[in-house]
Amino acid sequence: MSVLEIKNLHVRVDGNEILKGVNLRLDAGQVHSIMGPNGSGKSTLAQVLARRESYDVTQGEVLFDGKDLLAMKPEDAACEGLFLAFQYPVEIPGVSNAYFLRSAVNAVRKYRGQDEMDAMDFLPKLREKMKLLEMDEKFLNRSVNEAFSGGEKKRNEILQMAVLEPKLAILDETDSGLDIDALKVVANGVNAMRSPDRAFLVVTHYQRLLNYIVPDRVHVLVNGRIVRSGGPELALQLEESGYASVGSAAGAA
Amino acid sequence: MASAIQSLESYAEGFAGFEKEAAGRELPWLRSLRQSGFARFSEVGFPTLHDEDWRFTNLAPIAQTQFRLARNGHALPPATRIAPLFLPGAACMLVFVDGRFARGLSSLGALPRGVTVASLASELTKNPAAVEPHLGRYLNIQRDPFCALNTAFMEDGAFIHIAKDVAVEGPIQLLFISAAHDFPAVSYPRNLIVVEESAQATIVEEYVSSSGGKAFCNTATELVAGDNSVVSHYMIEREDAEALNVSTLRIQQGRSADIASHSVLIGGALVRNNVHPALTGEGGECLINGLFVGGDRQHLDNYMLVEHASPHCGSRQFYNGILAGHAHGVFHGRIIVHKDAQKTDAKQTNRNLLLSDTAQIDTKPQLEIYADDVKCTHGATIGQIEENALFYLRSRGIDEVSARQLLLMAFANECLDRMKEGPARAHVESLIHEYVAGVTGSPSSHAPEAAVGEVK
Repeated sequence: MSVLEIKNLHVRVDGNEILKGVNLRLDAGQVHSIMGPNGSGKSTLAQVLARRESYDVTQGEVLFDGKDLLAMKPEDAACEGLFLAFQYPVEIPGVSNAYFLRSAVNAVRKYRGQDEMDAMDFLPKLREKMKLLEMDEKFLNRSVNEAFSGGEKKRNEILQMAVLEPKLAILDETDSGLDIDALKVVANGVNAMRSPDRAFLVVTHYQRLLNYIVPDRVHVLVNGRIVRSGGPELALQLEESGYASVGSAAGAA
Repeated sequence: MASAIQSLESYAEGFAGFEKEAAGRELPWLRSLRQSGFARFSEVGFPTLHDEDWRFTNLAPIAQTQFRLARNGHALPPATRIAPLFLPGAACMLVFVDGRFARGLSSLGALPRGVTVASLASELTKNPAAVEPHLGRYLNIQRDPFCALNTAFMEDGAFIHIAKDVAVEGPIQLLFISAAHDFPAVSYPRNLIVVEESAQATIVEEYVSSSGGKAFCNTATELVAGDNSVVSHYMIEREDAEALNVSTLRIQQGRSADIASHSVLIGGALVRNNVHPALTGEGGECLINGLFVGGDRQHLDNYMLVEHASPHCGSRQFYNGILAGHAHGVFHGRIIVHKDAQKTDAKQTNRNLLLSDTAQIDTKPQLEIYADDVKCTHGATIGQIEENALFYLRSRGIDEVSARQLLLMAFANECLDRMKEGPARAHVESLIHEYVAGVTGSPSSHAPEAAVGEVK
């Protein structure tokens, strides 16, 4: 059963058409990667799927677990099990990480008709996930992402993913700007969550991440369209010959 | 102009009657204080928009209304309505109805030795010697006509004296209730708080309404903080939507005294809160912290005058404003550093969130520095709720209304975090929570769907 099915998706941002007919199908248990040069529409795709409302969908359809994703508000998509790890996580001064994480988990639980968790129930679970991501306890009392280093912000995204346990996780350039140690920690966190009923869409600019998170499929997005799809070996080929070759080949096809 | 003069005449009539009956009328020093207050007010009348200190606040609702002194209390509100207003953890609660001490509604508790908590009127009658050295010594009736008017009509309020080295556990709560009248009523609470050397206390002044009706409360507090004393003062204005409230807190601060003034304005139609600390001894520290949250057509004016008169003193002003609907906020922060106040470290920050296109904020820093070795900084920001932050929270499953509330509370928390942990802060926190939830629930142009709420 497919978790995500994108059909002929067209999106405009500030009047410019950024996505020009994207098609993609992602099944449960799979990891797909979207690669592409700057400005190809990778982040736009990620944000639209997370339901950024200022992006204007002009054509197409997206089914998330069989439901119309484009009709959902961001909070509803999240509660249905969609998670976006932001390329640029947002700082929220004055809200502690622990409070934020518990609010998010409880919002999702409430939506699903489950009891809310109090701090006593929640903390042990949170600590266990933090251990996996090699995060210090101090993170809990700090304001969300405020004065976090780049690596800390990305780890914090993965921590949120770990506690929210989504059906579909979209990672938007989670590897960008990370040193190799931080990258390994983040990749470990993701790999530990791979399971037959969870799918990942890994958006990246660099092939390096895919050495640690090995995808089932790689899609190349150029100028708002997926121009090529293939196995993990496609990423290596891109690394050697660059996007230009793939893009022009597809353009000719 | 005619109506202004007419209204001055009615004040003169009121004053003549008041003077003959007021507590302490036989004390020459008090009589002369009252008379000089009234003389000054008669001379200048109410300020207008042409006065620099009042240029953002139209006082017509006060100047053009014929108020009557609500002196001889009508029916007191029932005790069952007052009990829930008791601040949990407070050392005592003094209740004033229309500025008059209501003994039957108050809870005096067991206060430690060296702590005197009484009504000013009874102290003026029984022990005027304790009052005379301080009352009216600090409040500037020349600068501010409202202070002059308050001084003319001062009679009752709280008298608090904390002896040397005594630390009072738990806040001293002063609850001022504007009662219901069938005429526009005015009251003039006057508080005198004397905290002697190395003593410590927390005072909470809280203003509420017992029921609707146009009421004007013109209140003034003189806080004398002795050398090395530690005092936290809270001003909480949460009267109802028709209330007019002008308050002045005048702090006279001794050597190495550590004072915090926290102002929380969430109620009232037209509110002006003056905070005027004078750092008159070396090494004093003053925190002037405030939060004002307004909706509808509320007008919330914060006026700070921080006077550095001695070397090595520090003052920090932090005011956060949240304004929705057609609310209008004012922050006017004036810092004066006198010639001898070398090594002054004065900081001023005003941050504002506007939740609608019709909300308005005027923010004005004013630094007057006559010393040459000082550090003074000021800054102001005006912004909206950040759409990125909102999207981030929503993308984690938090619905839009809750996400807005969370961001507003975070903004308000900046002020709460500057209050010491304890019952007073907990009290303010719960009031803010409740109020912020109300403000965010109301429709605003930035969030047309906010009022609809979450649809499941």
